[in-house]
Amino acid sequence: MNKPHLELTGVDMAFDTPKGQFLALDNVNLKIRKGEFVSLIGHSGCGKSTVLNIVAGLLQATRGGCVLDGHEVNTPGPERAVVFQHHALMPWLTVYENVELAVNQVFRKTMSKKEKRDWILHNLTLVNMQHAIDKRPGEISGGMAQRVGIARALSMKPSVLLMDEPFGALDALTRAHLQDALMAIQQDLNSTVIMITHDVDEAVLLSDRIVMMTNGPAASVGEELHVDLPRPRNRVALADDPTYVHCRQAVLSFLYEKQTFPGKSEPASTATEASTDSNAEVEAHTPATVPTDREVNDQPQQRAIA
Amino acid sequence: MSTITQSQNPAPAPRWLNTLTDYLSPGALARSSRNLLLPIIGIALFLVFWQLTAPKVDTSLGSFPAPTDVWEQAGQLWQEHASERERADRFVEMQEARNARILASNPDAEVTIRPYPGAPTFFDQIGTSLVTVLSGFLLATVIAVPLGVLVGLNRYFAAAINPLIQIFKPVSPLAWLPLVTMVVSATYVSDDPMFEKAFLTSMITVTLCSLWPTLINTSFGVAAVDPDLVNVSRVLRLSFWTHTRKVVLPSSVPMIFTGLRVSLGIAWMVLIAAEMLAQNPGLGKFVWDEFQNGSSQSLSRIMVAVLAIGFIGFLLDRLMLLIQKKVAWNE
Repeated sequence: MNKPHLELTGVDMAFDTPKGQFLALDNVNLKIRKGEFVSLIGHSGCGKSTVLNIVAGLLQATRGGCVLDGHEVNTPGPERAVVFQHHALMPWLTVYENVELAVNQVFRKTMSKKEKRDWILHNLTLVNMQHAIDKRPGEISGGMAQRVGIARALSMKPSVLLMDEPFGALDALTRAHLQDALMAIQQDLNSTVIMITHDVDEAVLLSDRIVMMTNGPAASVGEELHVDLPRPRNRVALADDPTYVHCRQAVLSFLYEKQTFPGKSEPASTATEASTDSNAEVEAHTPATVPTDREVNDQPQQRAIA
Repeated sequence: MSTITQSQNPAPAPRWLNTLTDYLSPGALARSSRNLLLPIIGIALFLVFWQLTAPKVDTSLGSFPAPTDVWEQAGQLWQEHASERERADRFVEMQEARNARILASNPDAEVTIRPYPGAPTFFDQIGTSLVTVLSGFLLATVIAVPLGVLVGLNRYFAAAINPLIQIFKPVSPLAWLPLVTMVVSATYVSDDPMFEKAFLTSMITVTLCSLWPTLINTSFGVAAVDPDLVNVSRVLRLSFWTHTRKVVLPSSVPMIFTGLRVSLGIAWMVLIAAEMLAQNPGLGKFVWDEFQNGSSQSLSRIMVAVLAIGFIGFLLDRLMLLIQKKVAWNE
């Protein structure tokens, strides 16, 4: 493997909280090839979203950094498009206008009016949403809105597609449907994808590589697993596939045997099971003080006028 | 909010007719009785109570006016308005005729066209009040919305300006008025003034008192933009202006309009007091003049003004609601 497409080196992330510094990430290292589909999996609060936000440029790493195609990532940008967990469409714009906002911004100088229109419709067709271009996000289902979110991200022609639990808020059937759609699109475009997930099956089905993170605080990359399954993959056929079963087994064992669910296990059992630094930290923080992914995300935006 | 949307339902006339044609259906009957009958019963009971108790309240200007007296005076005011209009028309005609005569005898003569010098009627005064309140409200909006956006976007600016908002918000129009009057008298000096000083004083007082709800709501709306949407905007690298125009403002439109509705309500309330003291020829001056006049009909005429003020305030709120429905995406 020559130079990696995307590289995270020695990333630490500390947040200032009223109770002092909170170390969310401790020395995260990650190399990603072009066209690779990588899933980040781990228990909630382990800093998966923080990693993604650092790659997106929405957060600045306290130490270490992220390099994409030889350029350091400091600010957010459309070449690292993000698909948010809750679609994040502008509720006052129609489906078409939401994608248009992105296309107008990214290609405002390079595309003609007609090219832009064709490109918007092309991306909406890709996610099978061409029938609802004049609907507003409030008028379509969550799954449809998430498709539009993906279309918007793809329309930016990103070199990395970042997905923050893109299917987490959807029901199982819709989720399966969108996973298949995403697999097809990714194979067509050969895009590089980093996806956060809680779902072991989703990770194994979609990924070339699964990055498993240790529990926070001071989370880091625990194990990596290459999923050597031929593409295109079929979820039904894979159910009995020995490689698939093995991968699934490996992730499950990491999540439920090596990393206990934070907050759920008795402090006594935590102490007996593992004596790493990170687990000692878990005891110091009560569950209430450990910020969830969501709270960490919200912090920089918090404003109040009393 | 929900009670307001509920009560506006019975307003349009076609629904009225529908209710009448579907009269026999029990569901429609129940609905129409709830939407139409109960308010009518409420008003009727109030009128009966008013009619019965009013004569028992004795004042130096006679007993308190009952609904029938008020009704009579409302008709009287309309009569005065109509005859005043007639006289004004006649005045204009006579003036034109005289000017034509002068010009006929001497084509170089300078003719003057004077406006009708008669006193403004009740309905003219309503017009003046509406113009004054809308000017003041518009000025307040022009100041409060951009300022609110800045306060909402920048928390340092918010922290700096917040105490000022809290202190000036509860100030009564009566306290502002003398200051505004003096400042307007001192600074608005012109041989050919475009506006009356009383008009400016009333308008500025209205602005000072009514801009706060819009300012506060706008800043809250702007500060409460969904962080996900802000992140979308950052990923797209939208410029400050595009971000404000395409993300912040649309997102806070519902909150801004909530503020505007409260502001307009306050503006209308403040206006009456301001006009009384500033002698701006609107409804406030009407009430004050009738009070000073002290005739036997004065109280009835003031009561007509009170009802008119209430009704116009209600219409203004409805108007804002209508605009809000047209503009806001969440309605």
